[in-house]
Amino acid sequence: MTDPSAADPTAVGNDAARREAAHLVAALPPAPAVWCSGLRKRYGRRPAVEDVSLVVGRGEVVGLLGANGAGKTTVIKMLLGLVRPDAGEVMLLGQTAADPAARARVGYLPELFRYQPWLSAAEVLTLHVRLTGDEVPAQEQHDCLSLVGLSERARDRVGGFSKGMQQRLGLAVALVARPELVILDEPTSALDPLGRADVRDIVLELRSGGVAVLLNSHLIGEVERVCDRVVILDGGRVAASGTLAELLGQRELRLHLTGLSPAAEARLAATGDVERAGDMFTVALLGDDGTAIPDLIRDLVALGARVHAVEPARISLEERLLGILRTGDGEER
Amino acid sequence: MTTTRTVLTIAALTLREASRRRVLPALAALTVVLLALSGWGFGRLAAETTLTSGETLLTSSILLNLVMFGFSLIAALGTAFLAGPTLSGETESGIALAVLARPVRRSAFLLGKWLGLVVFGTGFVVLAGLAQCLIVRATVGYWPPSTATALALLAAQTVVLLTLAVLLSTVISPMASGVVAVGLFGATWVAGVVGGVGESLGNDGIARVGTVSRMLLPTDGLWRGAMHAFQDPSALVEFGGTEAVAFPFLSEAPLTAAYLAWAAVWVAMIWGLAAASFLRKDL
Repeated sequence: MTDPSAADPTAVGNDAARREAAHLVAALPPAPAVWCSGLRKRYGRRPAVEDVSLVVGRGEVVGLLGANGAGKTTVIKMLLGLVRPDAGEVMLLGQTAADPAARARVGYLPELFRYQPWLSAAEVLTLHVRLTGDEVPAQEQHDCLSLVGLSERARDRVGGFSKGMQQRLGLAVALVARPELVILDEPTSALDPLGRADVRDIVLELRSGGVAVLLNSHLIGEVERVCDRVVILDGGRVAASGTLAELLGQRELRLHLTGLSPAAEARLAATGDVERAGDMFTVALLGDDGTAIPDLIRDLVALGARVHAVEPARISLEERLLGILRTGDGEER
Repeated sequence: MTTTRTVLTIAALTLREASRRRVLPALAALTVVLLALSGWGFGRLAAETTLTSGETLLTSSILLNLVMFGFSLIAALGTAFLAGPTLSGETESGIALAVLARPVRRSAFLLGKWLGLVVFGTGFVVLAGLAQCLIVRATVGYWPPSTATALALLAAQTVVLLTLAVLLSTVISPMASGVVAVGLFGATWVAGVVGGVGESLGNDGIARVGTVSRMLLPTDGLWRGAMHAFQDPSALVEFGGTEAVAFPFLSEAPLTAAYLAWAAVWVAMIWGLAAASFLRKDL
């Protein structure tokens, strides 16, 4: 066959343009591990998820928080094609999730973790490796079991495993096929404190290996320790999302005050949300530029209040979460 | 992952489940008991010296059909109650969550499950049926006129019923799907017998009950085809010609190609419905 570019001089220019385009595409940052937009799901009349959009970057650990029934598990199942969204789009690792092949590099530990009780732990891993269409050497599969502390039980039937051991096996299943994205739905619900620490170490190890993790957990401390970003769901919607610094940037002020006149109380309320316990007041400071506290104290003293103590504090993720869930504060940061 | 690989992996898994969950040993034990009992019965028949050769052929044909009905019933119960746990049981318990989150198509997963059940169910009826034929030959010296066709039709009957059980298990609970599938199997058989009585009485209305039920669920039609292939051609004449229509363990005519084609279309249609229902299911 003759080279068409030899006969047609314009073809050389086309080739160059194509190469340039290929370079440009190659230089683009990789597509996010998870990208979803406008996810919606109703069960009968009850809306479970309303217009949820979120992104998990490559190598990023994102925590999904929210009360029971907030729609966290439904969102995760929609990402994985286990639940059909009524509306919205999902991309996994740069591929549309409508194509099962998009899940080739995705590991998943379901909230309801159950594995074939008639198989051994090692056989469950082999099955999952086969289903991904990949080849993972037996030693690597065994290492995966060792990582979750099950190397001694590799040949035992899963039917005889405790809940905690089944959850550990689920973690190994999620990790076995060299994933680039791992979705963990309540990964420590059946684990003892030692197991929880193990999961934390595994997540941190995944992050350092460039693996993206979407972590749904009720254990806020766990999320606070390992996550780069947090998405808070409330009533099926994204109530807040951002990095921990962004979400927890909000500060609060604890004050011990007496002799508070109505005018002083109004001044206090104008600063931010106030919680009162006797003479102790906690004020959430919104958009503090460094002058809010001295200005507030000056005004309170001028309004006749007696200031016994002033204690600035940073809000914890737990408090922030509770604040959002209790007030239904839907503002997105 | 290729669809073929998924289908074969899941089919192999389904067979492994059947063997690990002791379904295979239980069925084997049951079959051995049934074979031994029938061997004893046929042995007694062979020892009976007062029967003419025609009567022996008739009795052998009827008894063979009766025992085969027992096997088809075991296969029906076995596959219907396997289909429930293996499909809807897995989706209910959560086992399917981790599997279906892999890069596999749901239709390939369903086809794999179905294929595993088909291999299991048809393997059972063919092996048990063949063993039964060998026992009959060894005891009374009777060999069915078209054994291969008969066993194939028995296998086809199992495929029809398990396809129905697969469809049911995508829409109702595991236990209910088994009960409904076996219930429908029994009801169609009874309707077939009722239709036969109608035919022998010359009552078209009653006869139509059997015809319609055989179209709606082809298990009984295929079963009648299998019986016809198991029984000696002289058995019908010996039994009294048209009288045999009303008798549940003799069949008057072989199956038509059109009916076989309908059974194939039926299986494809029901499988398609099962796939459509399973694809839409939220796990």
